[in-house]
Amino acid sequence: MTATSPALELRGITKRFGDLVANDGVDFDVRGGEVHALLGENGAGKTTVMRIAYGLTQADAGEVLVHGQRIDLRSPRDAIAAGIGMVTQHFALVAPMTVAENLALGRATGLRLDLDDARRRVADAADRFGMRVDPAARVENLSVGQQQRVEILKALSRDCRVLILDEPTAVLVPGEVDALFATLRSLVADGLAVVFISHKLAEVRAISDRVSVLRRGRLVATVDGDTNERELASMMVGRPSFGVERPSDAGPELREPVLRISDLHAAGSHGLEALASVTLDVGAGEIVGVAGVSGNGQTELVDVLSGMRAPSSGSIVVGDTDLTGADPTRMMAAGIGRIPEDRHASLVGDLSVAYNLVLERLDDFRAGGRIDGRRIREHAVALIERFDIRAGPDDPVASLSGGNIQKVLLARVLSRDPRVVVVSQPTRGLDIGATEYVRSQLLERRAAGAAILLVSEDLDELLALADRLVVLYEGRIVGEMPTTGVDVDRLGMLMAGRGEAA
Amino acid sequence: MRRITVRSTPVLVILAVLLTFLITAGPIILAGANPIAAYAAYLVVPLTSQFTLLEVLVSATPILLTGAAVAIAFRAGYWNIGAEGQLLLGAIAAAGIGTMVGDLPPVLALPVMVVGGALAGAAWALVPALLRVRFGIDEVVTTLLLNPVALLLVNGLLHGPWRDPETGFPESARIAASAEFPTLIERSRLHIGFLIAIAVIGVAWYVLVRTPTGLRLRAAGLSPHGARFAGINVSRTLLGAALMSGAIAGLAGVGEVAGIQNRLTSGISPGYGYTGIVVATLGTLTMPGVALAGLFLGDLTVGASSAARSLGIPSQLGAVVQGVLLLTTIALLTQRRYRARAAAPPAAPPAAEVASG
Repeated sequence: MTATSPALELRGITKRFGDLVANDGVDFDVRGGEVHALLGENGAGKTTVMRIAYGLTQADAGEVLVHGQRIDLRSPRDAIAAGIGMVTQHFALVAPMTVAENLALGRATGLRLDLDDARRRVADAADRFGMRVDPAARVENLSVGQQQRVEILKALSRDCRVLILDEPTAVLVPGEVDALFATLRSLVADGLAVVFISHKLAEVRAISDRVSVLRRGRLVATVDGDTNERELASMMVGRPSFGVERPSDAGPELREPVLRISDLHAAGSHGLEALASVTLDVGAGEIVGVAGVSGNGQTELVDVLSGMRAPSSGSIVVGDTDLTGADPTRMMAAGIGRIPEDRHASLVGDLSVAYNLVLERLDDFRAGGRIDGRRIREHAVALIERFDIRAGPDDPVASLSGGNIQKVLLARVLSRDPRVVVVSQPTRGLDIGATEYVRSQLLERRAAGAAILLVSEDLDELLALADRLVVLYEGRIVGEMPTTGVDVDRLGMLMAGRGEAA
Repeated sequence: MRRITVRSTPVLVILAVLLTFLITAGPIILAGANPIAAYAAYLVVPLTSQFTLLEVLVSATPILLTGAAVAIAFRAGYWNIGAEGQLLLGAIAAAGIGTMVGDLPPVLALPVMVVGGALAGAAWALVPALLRVRFGIDEVVTTLLLNPVALLLVNGLLHGPWRDPETGFPESARIAASAEFPTLIERSRLHIGFLIAIAVIGVAWYVLVRTPTGLRLRAAGLSPHGARFAGINVSRTLLGAALMSGAIAGLAGVGEVAGIQNRLTSGISPGYGYTGIVVATLGTLTMPGVALAGLFLGDLTVGASSAARSLGIPSQLGAVVQGVLLLTTIALLTQRRYRARAAAPPAAPPAAEVASG
């Protein structure tokens, strides 16, 4: 291949969602015969920019070129016609149908399904790329790795010359990762251009010819695939700016543990183990930050502590109360206040602010057999005042802005003086004012002696609030460190799964 | 930015009614009648004489109950399509108990029969509810498919052990005089079942709007995850709503047996359970709405049969109007939800999109 013009080139891609700039003038290109990795933390804009290249999202500015020709992408149909294929994190396969049927569906143009052609393509792919799949197997009976292979086959059967893989290893077990990489190498040898989206350093280094690092929507740099991990990690994470607000008070050594988690295991939604042997104590008046790229067990950890997911083994103790496998009611009764990342789902959007504020403890707001509307309202008015919620007590929560929804959740939790606060991504999507307010409230609870477990992807936030950090990677705590004098490079390496190399 | 408020809902329902008239004007013209005259016959004529006015209330009685039954279940997010079958079980129980309580005075016979009918309706609702709560099996399918089963049960009884021994007709024996619902007004068919229906709607309104149980039920229906997160036992709430719904539908069957037919017949319900879905939807799942919608459809039912006589158009057109009404109401109310979502702050979907990248 005379790679004069790249197989796919993006120029100055900019995409905004409301106030949030997901992509800010991103330039990216990939040539036939190479794997070009797109590396970055969650929320860095990797998926967004590739969704634009595949026509799933429209850019606000910038252009997409295929083999030097500018193309107009209004839908994936246009991208497929231009020879671009994408395997997203959620497979688009018809589970009860066979592999051949799924492939034929992807190519169906006329009235007839050409199953013979599909079978030929499966056999051909097995010969040329070593991708073995039984064309007669039903997709629902395949492992996730095999399903992913079917998705790749589907893209190939549409004659794609550029293959975009969005976090392809996130759903795979290690053996399947090796098989995927073998496949990718033979595809690239055949002249295909591959875009590999990931946040895992080891994988990116193992497979990529070039690496582009995105951080907060901006392209940091494009470097060779053999760039050392420490350098990649620091580009990915960036140097946190220290806008520390946390008062430096008594040392954390002698804090009595309030929340004790030991040897906790839990399964994730895919059935794979999402938490493995997590042991962690949080003391009174201490904020322990959980760092890590999302998808490494944070959601499951918060779910388990919220009573929304049963652990498979291990124990959770608050004070003297064993809360292993407790439901939300018992968790709350033991003094755990819960603020998960999905604040919309944690409230009932169609109910009023006032009702949401008391929904956890309706029995405290009853007069005989009926709900005490007057007291519920007074309670709401008081909390709206205290927590600066910009809404009336009767407004449905769903009509509020993200920051005010978070304040409602915060008010519901903190007004009960919890001994333990489990909080995840507390300021994601909030404006500066709301962010500062939420952080100050958490620090106030810390000063009042609460044990706070803070899960966040925002390193600035963790460093500003937490007394010490633990790093979660693939469901395990792979490192622990105090926040004062933190080695950001080491933190980045731990987050990217390279703990032992540090 | 603000979500469209509940105030606009009645407007949408009225729009749905008008739209229905527009759509059904076609079939009415095909039947050879003037649509305006037909709607006058449907809606206005029944209200012009005392006899037809009382008949409107008689027609409204079972659908007020099934409407309330469906609305309670739907509010909890439990899609009970089985009010028809639950009604039939209530009717079976009423006929069975009604023939056995001849020795009891009405003050005992009536409560026993009413409670028995409610329990039978609840029992018919129990299995689908358990399947849903324990195994996540879709209750729309199970409750719907149990309806013809209940009808087969009725017919099995009527062609078998319960066949009227005197006439040989497939009808049960007449229930005891002490088990018959007293009429409210001399020489009319209006019976105490109507008062029971109004009382049920009143109590259901109170429970839904004023009690912690009702708030939990509404929360579970609006956001099962959010409700569970707040410590509400969503499974138990669904189960309770399903059983309550079945019991109320069972009461509708009791009313038809004890107040109208005085025996079990295979035609005891011309689809009152399904009409309940129309009533609940048209009433936007609120109890005052159910009361109005039930009376409206009662009016329409009486009007459709009198229009059949006066204008010579098929009485089935009444059912056509009902069906179209269900569709237009759902379409318009769905529209409202979509619009509300589009108008909501767009923070959620893009944030999710970005977060996964």
